Amino acid sequence: MTPSSAPVRSGAPGARIDPVATNAPFDVARIRADFPILKRTVRGKPLVYLDNAATTQKPQAVLDVLMSYYTDINANVHRGVHELSGLATDAYEGAREKIHMYFNASSVQEIVFTRNATEGINLVAYSFVRPMLAVGDDVVITAMEHHSNIVPWQLVCEERGANLRVAPIDDTGALILEELDRLIGPRTKIVSIAHMSNALGTINPVEEIVALAHSRGVPVLIDGSQAAYHMPVDVQSIGCEFYVATGHKLYGPTGIGVLVGKAERLEAMPPFLGGGDMIRSVTFERSTWNDLPYKFEAGTPNIAGAIGLGAAIDYIQNVGREAISAHEQELLRYGTAQLEAIRGVRIIGTAAHKSSILSFVMDGVHPHDIGTIIDREGVAVRTGHHCAQPVMDRFGIPATARASLAMYNTKEDLDALARALEKVREVFN
Amino acid sequence: MSDLSDLYQEVILDHNKRPRNFRALEAANHAAEGFNPLCGDRLHLYLRVEDGVIADVGFQGSGCAISKASASLMTDSIKGRPVEEVRALFQRFHTMVTTPPDKSVEDMGKLSVLAGVREFPVRVKCASLAWHTLKAALDREPIVSTE
Repeated sequence: MTPSSAPVRSGAPGARIDPVATNAPFDVARIRADFPILKRTVRGKPLVYLDNAATTQKPQAVLDVLMSYYTDINANVHRGVHELSGLATDAYEGAREKIHMYFNASSVQEIVFTRNATEGINLVAYSFVRPMLAVGDDVVITAMEHHSNIVPWQLVCEERGANLRVAPIDDTGALILEELDRLIGPRTKIVSIAHMSNALGTINPVEEIVALAHSRGVPVLIDGSQAAYHMPVDVQSIGCEFYVATGHKLYGPTGIGVLVGKAERLEAMPPFLGGGDMIRSVTFERSTWNDLPYKFEAGTPNIAGAIGLGAAIDYIQNVGREAISAHEQELLRYGTAQLEAIRGVRIIGTAAHKSSILSFVMDGVHPHDIGTIIDREGVAVRTGHHCAQPVMDRFGIPATARASLAMYNTKEDLDALARALEKVREVFN
Repeated sequence: MSDLSDLYQEVILDHNKRPRNFRALEAANHAAEGFNPLCGDRLHLYLRVEDGVIADVGFQGSGCAISKASASLMTDSIKGRPVEEVRALFQRFHTMVTTPPDKSVEDMGKLSVLAGVREFPVRVKCASLAWHTLKAALDREPIVSTE
């Protein structure tokens, strides 16, 4: 089996993505039963896991497939003619096929496995943007980006004498589209933007942004780290050149991510990392590159991680992304009202279009103290700057506490958060 | 199991609310900035060292209750003391907050209220930020006034 023999399948833009019709009512109790970690206690209290924007928990189906990969078919992929290598390769490429369908990419060749979203952004920064970046050129991002969508651009801009331009956000945490529009000019080489903010929950109008950029011939990268597990994502409808996501937030393992890139762009790019599996031929004089997507997958990949991510995608598809999204939106409304009712609590990030993130501050109490106190109640949230220091600066705060939702959360979880925050008030009064 | 009240003792909550020596010192001849990149806590420490003695001290910055209270308690405890004694105090404080919670530690008077962080390992850094900043300020060459 050679990697280049992978089938090329096409999906239609805007086609229904979820292959399983899920008319069954959303049953959160049944979903919770699939996630073994949710049965554990923390400090003698039931675990209330509200740190999903950092990483989501894993369903049994993902754990099983990781175990069975190492137990039954462990072998290297794309090498060797023996039975196990074939089985491992089929499972690995099967996972790629699932990801292709999940994002509705136009072909399976457009799915590149990476370690995480950060690596996907770096790949595009170094292989696509850097070679064409000249002194005085611009890279455009927004003020709500995670450090992973800031620092790679700073590195290439500094090296090439280019400018990093930052589109501002308003007081609700929404992108000011007119300002972004103003920043995209003849020297802009890429617009790189979060689909959904990890610190604020804001959902950006990505179709509109892509249309804006394309009207000036500028390619777009979308960081889907947060969006990909909360809502349907159709890269053909969005029209972006690149879309990155990370597996561990998609209920899959850590150490696996994806870059979905338009084939004609990926074809034209030089490799990012060199090594085995990414070559067609090697001599000491010169080497030639393998076909897509293998050109960008140097070395033995995270085979178990990819297969685990495939199982996670199956799990999400079976529940249905529309249903997950509706459930989380309902929880977001409920949680917002709960927090607003607590004296001295202020929610940071109140954009009209947002999802699943409740970032907040409390009068007179630093977020770290909130985190420590509610941890004693078994409630896990993130406290700090969420790898988005410029967002904190924008709102003039050092940090926030952030509760973030996933498909298995319940109103009871948010009630537990509210009760725990009352304890914080007691300690700090 | 450790209790929250071991960490958030009255003394700590009081120093958090009303930090002592919370000001910049114009006459400082030693200063340093402490930063905890993990949580974003930031602390500016100012010292006026005269004849080997901490004549005056002040701090500013933002941080959690533990880091703010620790800085406040530290400034109270070092003011008026010889630098060499203060360096020894740094060592003793460091030992106190990093000793496993099941082992006994020496009584450091008022500073002992921070021994509670041993039960909360992720918070030890909050308690020690001010002290590391103090050490950095003392190790650094004195600020030369241009006046």
